[in-house]
Amino acid sequence: MTAPLGWQTARIAEIVPRGARVKSFFLAPERPFVFKAGQHVDLRLTAEDGYQARRSYSIASSPGQPERLELAVEKLEDGEVSSFFHEVAQVGDEIELRGPIGGHFVWDVADGGPLLLVGAGSGVAPLMAMLRHRADQGAATPALLLLASRSWDEALFRDELIGLESRQDGFRLMIATSRDAPRRAGDHGRRFDRPMAAEALAGLPEAPRHVFICGSNAFVEAAAGALLDEGVAPGVIRTERYGG
Amino acid sequence: MATRGFGGRRTPADVASRIPPGQALTTGFPVLSAGPTPRVKLAEWSFTLKVGPRPLVKWDWDAFNALPRTRITRDIHCVTTWSKLDTDWEGVTIDDLLAAAGFAAPPTPFVLAHGFDGYSTNVPSADLVGGKAMVALSYDGAPLAPDHGGPARLLVPHLYFWKSAKWLSGLQFTETDTAGFWELRGYHMYGDPWREQRYHDDL
Ligand SMILES: Cc1cc2nc3c(=O)[nH]c(=O)nc-3n(C[C@H](O)[C@H](O)[C@H](O)COP(=O)(O)OP(=O)(O)OC[C@H]3O[C@@H](n4cnc5c(N)ncnc54)[C@H](O)[C@@H]3O)c2cc1C
Repeated sequence: MTAPLGWQTARIAEIVPRGARVKSFFLAPERPFVFKAGQHVDLRLTAEDGYQARRSYSIASSPGQPERLELAVEKLEDGEVSSFFHEVAQVGDEIELRGPIGGHFVWDVADGGPLLLVGAGSGVAPLMAMLRHRADQGAATPALLLLASRSWDEALFRDELIGLESRQDGFRLMIATSRDAPRRAGDHGRRFDRPMAAEALAGLPEAPRHVFICGSNAFVEAAAGALLDEGVAPGVIRTERYGG
Repeated sequence: MATRGFGGRRTPADVASRIPPGQALTTGFPVLSAGPTPRVKLAEWSFTLKVGPRPLVKWDWDAFNALPRTRITRDIHCVTTWSKLDTDWEGVTIDDLLAAAGFAAPPTPFVLAHGFDGYSTNVPSADLVGGKAMVALSYDGAPLAPDHGGPARLLVPHLYFWKSAKWLSGLQFTETDTAGFWELRGYHMYGDPWREQRYHDDL
């Protein structure tokens, strides 16, 4: 990764609510850049007196659309930056952005599969970029996403993912809702656990070559632990942790 | 460029001078790592000091714990923009480690720190000596938790925290500054939070 990463301005082109706690912000960067599915950008907000706050957000959109980046921002109670996005930011506002960043939690169709993706809450964002990239490329890489969510309504990108699964091109979706009963055959109404890890692994034609896990640290620890218990090699697991 | 409508949350004035630019104070202890937490058993744990490719000294858990202990309180700064003040650590300073290995000074100008998970990170030797760094074995008075790098992690608090390699398996002294895991993936070779050296093209 050697491209310059300087700050640039991006305009908020569209805001789309996604369930009760997440909003997607579609950003049009002044100078679009090449990126890989799974990478993130840093955003910087500046107050009138020069005070600045910066945070990282994964790109959820496909690398095929560099002029329109989707960031899925989850609202945290009293969160300095996420609350600004949820309560203040409007279409037309300009935000400073720097990227792409991160050279580890990335996947390209050329990396092959099977691919096991495990995400909770807004942690699905970088995994969504991988699946959109896979679909854009018309790849048949065997892939399974375990989407963990509190409720059916909050399951991020749910309808688009169900649509991707219906293409029957080797992608399978398992939704685990901790507070709702399962809605579809093969879904689960509980938190991610070891039996679910075993089932996800059985849903792939062979052992996964790449495993990507993203979410809060507690979720990532639990999910990685369950997969290690089921015999997944530590070296194939990559993690991205959003917070304590 | 001011962001429309952004007021921001200010750092309390009494600690503001301790927070580097672009950082925000946290009271939690967020965790970041590139892979799963490795399962390191104390019976299988070891720590190796190398010069170039040559292993010079290897300690097992008991021998390492018999080395002199130092307790320090430091502020730490993660590149993902959180800073945490007054964190309390105990471990073996690199000065004591070198002395135990029979060195009066670092044998080479650079170090590559290695973790049991295959992680590595580079630090100039000068940044590890003079009480500036340690191999930490405990945090806040308790053995270091696995997700925070236990049994042992490097602690170089004056640099961004990715330099403080978790699940430390050894230090390798090198003649040249050799990029480690994140340094090969776009992050800065040195990582001084006060100069905001986050990514490779930051000065
Ligand atoms: C590589 C990466 C990618 C990310 N991608 C996304 C994404 O796609 N969508 C999304 O919603 N969020 C993402 N995050 C999290 C995001 O960067 C912010 O941490 C989050 O939005 C909270 O910021 P805030 O200002 O609203 O909350 P804050 O005001 O920062 O506070 C929220 C709480 O979390 C603690 N905290 C502060 N910073 C961190 C931190 N870095 N890690 C853990 N805890 C912290 C604070 O102490 C406080 O208790 C990502 C984080 C990383 C590191």
